[in-house]
Order: sequence, then structure tokens, then C-alpha cells
Amino acid sequence: MSSPEKWTHPGPDSPPATAAAPTAAQVIAGLRATDEGGADLVQLLTPEGERVRHPDFDIDITADELRGLYRDMVLVRRIDREANALQRKGELGLWVPLLGQEAAQIGAGRALKPMDMAFPSYREHGVAWCRGVQPGQILSMFRGTDNGSWDPVEHRFHPYTIVIGNQVLNAAGYAMGQKFDGKVGDADSEATMVFFGDGATSQGDVHEGFVWAAVYDAPLVFFCQNNQWAISEPTERQSRLPLYQRARGYGFPGIRVDGNDVLASLAVSRWALEECRQGNGPILIEAFTYRMDAHTTSDDPSRYRLSDELELWKLKDPIERVKVHLVKQQWADQAFFDSVEADAEELAIGMREYCVNLPTPPASRIFSQVYAEANPVLDAQRDEFLAYQAGFAGGEH
Amino acid sequence: MAAPTVDRPTSAAPAAKQTLTIAKAINTGLRAAMEADPKVLVMGEDVGKLGGVFRITDGLQKDFGEQRVLDTPLAESGIIGTAVGLAIRGYRPVCEIQFEGFIFPGFDQIVSQVAKLHFRTQGRIKLPMVIRVPFGGGIGAVEHHSESPESYFAHTAGLKVVSCSNPADAYWMIQQAIRCDDPVLFFEPKRRYYEKGEVDTTAAPGPLFASRVLRTGADATLVAYGPMVRTALDAAAAAEEEGRSLEVVDLRTLSPLDLAPVYESVRRTGRLVVVTEAPSESSISSEIAAKVQQECFYSLEAPVLRVTGFDTPYPPSKLEEEFLPDLDRVLHAVDRSLAW
Ligand SMILES: Cc1ncc(C[n+]2csc(CCOP(=O)(O)OP(=O)(O)O)c2C)c(N)n1
Repeated sequence: MSSPEKWTHPGPDSPPATAAAPTAAQVIAGLRATDEGGADLVQLLTPEGERVRHPDFDIDITADELRGLYRDMVLVRRIDREANALQRKGELGLWVPLLGQEAAQIGAGRALKPMDMAFPSYREHGVAWCRGVQPGQILSMFRGTDNGSWDPVEHRFHPYTIVIGNQVLNAAGYAMGQKFDGKVGDADSEATMVFFGDGATSQGDVHEGFVWAAVYDAPLVFFCQNNQWAISEPTERQSRLPLYQRARGYGFPGIRVDGNDVLASLAVSRWALEECRQGNGPILIEAFTYRMDAHTTSDDPSRYRLSDELELWKLKDPIERVKVHLVKQQWADQAFFDSVEADAEELAIGMREYCVNLPTPPASRIFSQVYAEANPVLDAQRDEFLAYQAGFAGGEH
Repeated sequence: MAAPTVDRPTSAAPAAKQTLTIAKAINTGLRAAMEADPKVLVMGEDVGKLGGVFRITDGLQKDFGEQRVLDTPLAESGIIGTAVGLAIRGYRPVCEIQFEGFIFPGFDQIVSQVAKLHFRTQGRIKLPMVIRVPFGGGIGAVEHHSESPESYFAHTAGLKVVSCSNPADAYWMIQQAIRCDDPVLFFEPKRRYYEKGEVDTTAAPGPLFASRVLRTGADATLVAYGPMVRTALDAAAAAEEEGRSLEVVDLRTLSPLDLAPVYESVRRTGRLVVVTEAPSESSISSEIAAKVQQECFYSLEAPVLRVTGFDTPYPPSKLEEEFLPDLDRVLHAVDRSLAW
């Protein structure tokens, strides 16, 4: 798929806009239109499960592939609900739900190739799944036994980042490295994808990430999941402009996809990653979606949002529409849906067991791997503390 | 949107003595400050409808409007940097940083602008702003939600840094910080937010930048601030059962440090144990140890000892009990001091 004209880089001598000037009120009304998907929304599968064609971003999808995407979404939803339940039972200190964002994440995650790199925020459990991270491995951070337990090099999936926006600059640097290493423009080329929320777009780091990636032509796909809320603050508190339109100001394309449509998310992500691999990056994708649950298990959304909104978005459920489509196409029968359910159940049981059996590390973990090289001051502090602790075990107190 | 005029009795009108949590005491103090001065603004992430993630600003936006309680975009450099501009313009912004681990995106504004504008302009610009920072561990949180970064700020000239440890101080100190013409970093002991105490809203408060002896004793002195004050008091109570009498000083102000009561105490007890959650290297606890050794050299019966967090990143929460100074570690240090 080639880059559609309206999203190509504005050249240094692109002609000035000539259309009759709109009134100020019209401009502002347009800028404020952040509550709707808008005409530019890329959608391939409607909420009713109808396949629609898009002039620029269509893809061919086989029955097998679509069943795979469906399965992915059902499994990560189950992972999410199980973790949420584990938190409620006191097995996790906190959980960050992904409910409602399955399509955005599975579409993006399945578009990545093994050699690509992904930088998540903290809600990207679906992307983690696509990168081969075991569901249980996500839990250690939320259970408090570790700060992240997968190998980010092996999975090409960076540790979760909690400080909003930090990872965007890190990803820009990584992508610059891919470019400097000559990994763009040929068969073994690579790209990077970085995930962040609508709230994050207000952070200086994200703005700087846009600048860096742009001026170094880094092969970086910015994947913003606009789930409408940054804890209690709606997207309008972060921007007057639909977020995807910001990209133009930095000189790269911005595309808004229906984030509840796994096909659209996959198609646009594939296209964007391929553009990057060919050396035409960066690109911003805004996945227009909705956070169906609380921000985290510590949050109380009833304080700031209306249940009407939730009801509206329920009709756009990312899994149901694929299910309807599969049935309509006769691409799946009941046996298939049952087998997916059974897989989900098995996955959840395994995850639960893994979670409750996660060992609490020994106290020496506090001091381990703080530095790559020896640090005698810290070693002495560790020895003193461990000796003090051993004194307790010996029954001195 | 114009700020609504608030026409109602001040919050001081209800019972002069109330039992409040630290959280509610700060909320009540903020309300009183906003009622007393229409130039006081509260700003930060989620401080409006949600009332902040700890509900410290609960109900303020409802009563004072969106122009006095600003739900800001999600950017700490933005929150602090715009507060600088607002302060220059005559407002008294009170910024909320959601968790201490998220102050660093705003660190540049704090150390480059907030701390230096008064000096650079030789007093022509005043920055009467407060930066509220819930800090410290012990709540079982994930990364970046349990740190103790106060020494970075105490290290920077031009900033004032305080920390409250009980509801009465919380109520008064937040109002005093807001009235202060210098920028104040106000560190709140988040794990103590829901501990209760009596607040007398009529009794005159002591000075903001002064430490205070909370418990007198003869055998050794404990110095702490914020969340560790409770730990120090508990340790002193436990020590008493073993026949040891410990004096406890609540530092309250970290910059400027008010060490005169500490010197006075150490001259009587001859022994000092400093207790902080923050790591020890190049910190407020180092500073106290250095100054006390210098001022009280001939009175000391033992070297100044410190019980602190380790010089490591804050650990995963299942290990925080080992990381955080507890009663046993404090008593162990007291034993060592007394055994000298
Ligand atoms: C620098 C920083 N400031 C504040 C926070 C606290 N915080 C955690 S998540 C969040 C909202 C994030 O919203 P958004 O970027 O839209 O992502 P979402 O959580 O909706 O996926 C806030 C304010 C943080 N983690 N980091």
C-alpha cells in the first residue's frame, strides 16, 4: 500500500492553502470536534460487523487470519479480567485494565514483525501478548515482586513505563539507532512502535519525541490510544485539535483509525510500519477508542464520567463485531467459539496459579543490579543490612 | 469563565477543635486559604471533579469554580512553569504533583526558574507558590509512587521545603506555605494521610520554618520528619517500656533547616539518631549529621547514627518493609548509640 497523497510530507515548497478562508467560529468548531471519530476515521469493519472498503488502507484478510485476531482479543480480554479479579482478591496491588482497547492493541501488535521494537506504556497487555510475553510475567510488577520480569531484548518489548511520556523519547532514540545501523530501506529493515495515551500528548517528552523522530527521519510509529480519558480528564483538556492532526505540524502523517476495529488497526499499523521500514517514517496513528473500565483499580470513574457514554461505547465493542462478521461470512462455527472460550479459561487458570505462586524475592534483591559495575559503598550497606537481618533470624530480638 | 464569588462563612467557623485526618486537614486548610485570598489557585492533574487521586482537593472545584481549581493538561513542567507565570501576575498558585515520582518532568522549571527568579531579579519578582508533593512509601504501590526526593530540593538554593507529620500541622502549614512569599515545596506523608488527630483551628500556630520537640527524653534524641515521625514516636514509646527515655524532634522544615532545637536536645542527651525514608548519601540526613557533629562535638557520647532508606532505587513493594526504616531498625540504632 502506498502513501496516500494527502499524508505525504509537506515539501518545502508545497503551495499555500488557497480555499476561501473559513470564519474563526468554523475553525474553532472544527478543532473542537474531538468527540466524534470524524470523517477521517479509518474503518474496515463497522460495529455491526459489516466489512467496508477504504480507498487507502484496505487489506485482504483470510478467514484464518481473522479467526486468529478474534482469538487474540478474547484471550487478552480474559487475561485482563482475570488480573482485575486477582487485584480485587488482594493478590495484586494494582491493575491497569485494557478492557475496550483489545482491537487497537492486537491490530498494532500483530502488525509488528519479530525484528521490530515496541515501547509500551503500562496498559499494553495486548501488545505484550503479541510479543510473546507470558501473561503471568506482566503480573509481577502489579503484585510487587518485581519491576518487570520479561527480557526486553529477547521479546523486543521494552519494560512498562509508568512516568507518562518518557518512553516516547526512548523509542525515538532506538529508532534513530535502527536508522544509523542501516536497518531501513531493504529486506531486513526494522521499525519501532511506541505506545502512549491521549493524556501523554501533553507531555514535553512526547512533543520532543515528535521533533526528534521527524528531524532524523526515524523509523518510528507513534501509536496513541485515545481512550478519551486521562484519569478524570477528557481529551479536550489536552488538545483543541484532534490528536492525529498534530502530526502535520511536525511534518509527518497523522491518521485516525477506529480503535475498536481490529482490521483497521492492523491495516494502518502495517502500512505505517512498512513506510518506516522503507525510510519514510515517522508516522502518528491515533487509535480512537474507549477505556471501558476504571483508569486503574484505584480509580472511581463514577466521579467524573456518565454511564450514558459507557453504554454508547458498548455498542462499538471490538470483539463482538468480529464475531458477527465471522458468523456472517460463515468463517467460524460454534465449535470454534467454544474452543476459544476453553483456551481463555485455561489461560486464566494458568495465570492465576502463576500469580499466587510468584515468590517474594529475598531482601538482597533490593541491592542487586543497581549498578553494572562494582560499587563498594553499596556492597558495604548491603552486607551491614543482611547481617542485621540475620541477627533477627538468630533470635536476638 | 469568571470565578464565582464565594460568599459563605469561613471554614474556621465550625467547631474550633475537630478530629481530622491529615488528608482532610490539608483539604480544610486549602479551603481556608482560598476563602481568605481570592488570588489563591489550585492546579494540577485531576484536582477538579475527581478531587485529586488522594481526594485532597475534594469539593474545591465545586465551590470555587474551574478558574480557581484548574484541571491542567497532563504535564508537570507545564503545571509548574505556568504557575510561575501566574505567580508573577499576582496569583498564589498551589500546584499538586500527583505522586513524587512525577515531579521530575517539572524539575527543570523548579530548579531553573522557581528557585532562581527572586535572586536573578534581586527581589523584583516574588514567587509565592506552593508545590504539594505526596511522598514516601509504605502503600504497596508500583514504581515511582513511593520515593523520597526531598533532598534534591533542599539542595537547591532559593526553595523552601517543609513536611508535615500530623493533622494540626497539616492544616496550618499548608496555609502558612501559601501565605509565604517564597516558593515552598510541601511534602505530604501519603502513607499517613488517613491518620487522625485533633486540629484546633483557633489556636495560634507556631512558625512554619521551625522544628519542634514532640516528646522529651534524656537518653538519646531521634530526629525525623514527615512519615517517619510516627515511626520515631512509636520507637520512643517502645523504648520507654524497656526503660529508655528518647526525645523526638519533628524537623518540619527541611530548608531552611532549623537545627537549634536539635543541638539543644543533643547537648542534653549526648546521642542522635536521624530517621528518614530517603536514601542516606548526600541527603538531608547527611546534612544534619554534619552540622550536629560540628556544633555538638563535645556533647556527643556516640557518633551521629542514621537509619534511612538504602542507596538503591525504591524496591518492588513486596520488599518495601525491608527497605523502610521500622521500629526495630530505629531501636537497633539506639542500642548501638547507647552501647558506645
Ligand atoms: C509524569 C506523570 N505524571 C502523572 C502520572 C499519573 N498518571 C498515571 S496515568 C495518568 C493518566 C494517563 O492518561 P493517558 O496518557 O491518556 O493514558 P491512559 O492511562 O488513558 O491509557 C496519570 C495522570 C504519571 N504516571 N506520570
